[in-house]
Parts: sequence; C-alpha cells; structure tokens
Amino acid sequence: MKNKFLIIFFCLFFQELSADEINNLESKIFKNLRCIVCQGQSIAESNSDFAQTIKIVVRDKIDQGDNEKEIYEFLAEKYGEWIIYKPKFNYINSLLWFSPYIVLVFGGLLIFKYLKRRKQ
Amino acid sequence: MKISFLKIISISLVVFSIIVFFLALNIDKRYNTEKIVGNNVDNFEIVFLNSVEIFTKQDLTNDKYHLINIWASWCLPCKKEHPILMKLKKENNLKIVGINFKDKKLNANNFLRELGNPYDFSLSDKDGTKSILFGVYGVPESILINKKHKIVTKFIGPLNIKDYEDILQLLNEK
Repeated sequence: MKNKFLIIFFCLFFQELSADEINNLESKIFKNLRCIVCQGQSIAESNSDFAQTIKIVVRDKIDQGDNEKEIYEFLAEKYGEWIIYKPKFNYINSLLWFSPYIVLVFGGLLIFKYLKRRKQ
Repeated sequence: MKISFLKIISISLVVFSIIVFFLALNIDKRYNTEKIVGNNVDNFEIVFLNSVEIFTKQDLTNDKYHLINIWASWCLPCKKEHPILMKLKKENNLKIVGINFKDKKLNANNFLRELGNPYDFSLSDKDGTKSILFGVYGVPESILINKKHKIVTKFIGPLNIKDYEDILQLLNEK
C-alpha cells in the first residue's frame, strides 16, 4: 500500500515537473521573439493579434516535439532573423558577439598602462 | 617619432567602436519579403471555407501559377483590392487561392456574395496559424507561386494596378 502511494506521488511529481519545463521553455521562447508589428515589445509582452498567433504556433511546435533551435529557425525562415532578439552566432554576427570581449581586453590594457605610467 | 602604446590602443578602440556602430546602424530593421521569396512552398493543410475537406500543397497543380491571397471580411483594404482580384480571375494561366484569415464563415460568405468570388479555392484559417507558413503578419497579403511551387513574389498590403501589371508580366514570362 505504502509503495503504491509512493509510485502515484512520484508520477504526479514528475508530471508536474515536465509541465513546468514546457511552460519555462514556452516563456523563454516568447521572451526571445520580437513582435514585428509592435513598438519594442517581445511576443511575451505583446497582446497584439500577431503575438497571439505566434504564441499558438510556438505551443503547437513544442507539442510536435520541435526544440528551441528548430522553432527559431522556422520563424527566422519566414520573417527573417530580425524576429529573434538573441542574434545567431555566425560569420556576420561574430563582431557583435566578440566586440564586448575585445573592448574589455583592450580597455583593461589601456587602464593598466595608464596606471603603470602614473606610478612611474 | 615615437607613438605611445596608450595612444595606439585608444585610437584602435575609437575606430573599432565607429565600425561596429556604422555596421549596426546600417542594418535594415524593417520586415521585408527577402527571406520568403525564392523558397519552395512548405507543405500545408488548410481546411476549405465551406466544407470539412482539406486543401494541401499537392492540390497546387504544376500547369498554372497560383496566387495565394490572405483576406478577411473585416479588413477594409481587402475590399479595396477586390476589383484587382476579380480582374485576375480572368487569367487562364492563374489560379487564385483565398485564405480567409481570422474571420467568421458567415461574414466571409456575405463578403464574397456581395463583391463577387475571385477564388478558385476558398480556404479558412480561423486562428491565423496556417498563414504563418507564408510569413504573413497582417491582411491583405498575396503570394505568387510559379508552376514549380516556388514563391516568385509577395505583396504586402492591398494589390494595386501596378501589382496587377507586374503579375500579368510574370504570368507571361516563359
């Protein structure tokens, strides 16, 4: 009897866990998608018709077993990369990805050299 | 002349920032049809407006061009472009597929009864999700598909007389 309760408890617990995971994935994707008919809003924030439709499409895609990357690729193919907030890591965007690190390293060097010179 | 290391780094940082800003500010952030034109139409299944039958990509024949028109009875620009669609209906080389977008069946049928039905196939996309396959974000929009099922061009907004002439020109291209 005790074992049966434990099995039911764990079944319900994991079911709840997987539902949470889906909700988290959903909201993560919504936040990373731009509402292209709104002013500076994400799909998560917008109540526009377009945003509502995209939300349904994303939910359907998750139910069909598509992963996050596949969903972004599908929407970028239809609406361009502009619909995704986080830019893809590719040849064109590499400057965008690396520029903060380059500025950080060179900026650090600049400060270091300046402080060294002042000490002397 | 000796140039200090400090100056080289400072100038490089300024030049680098200018390049990044220049490139970033020159990116076109408006939605355009560049991504979708030239692609093959994805597989789709859309229910007919007045029956439970399903229209699929396989129903697009290989002997004619197809114009997919996304419309709604509540959309005023759709009324404006309707005469153009009625004119295009007369073209033998073209079949028009109407996708009724987020609309009520009764209103859609009244609209077609009142203004004429230019569509060879009338389909219904009640929640708007099927139209996402064609990169649609509003109504009206039209997509011209060639005999090989490739998207030739996409029109955002109501079709006008210039679009009509462009379509005729494309239809007559060998």
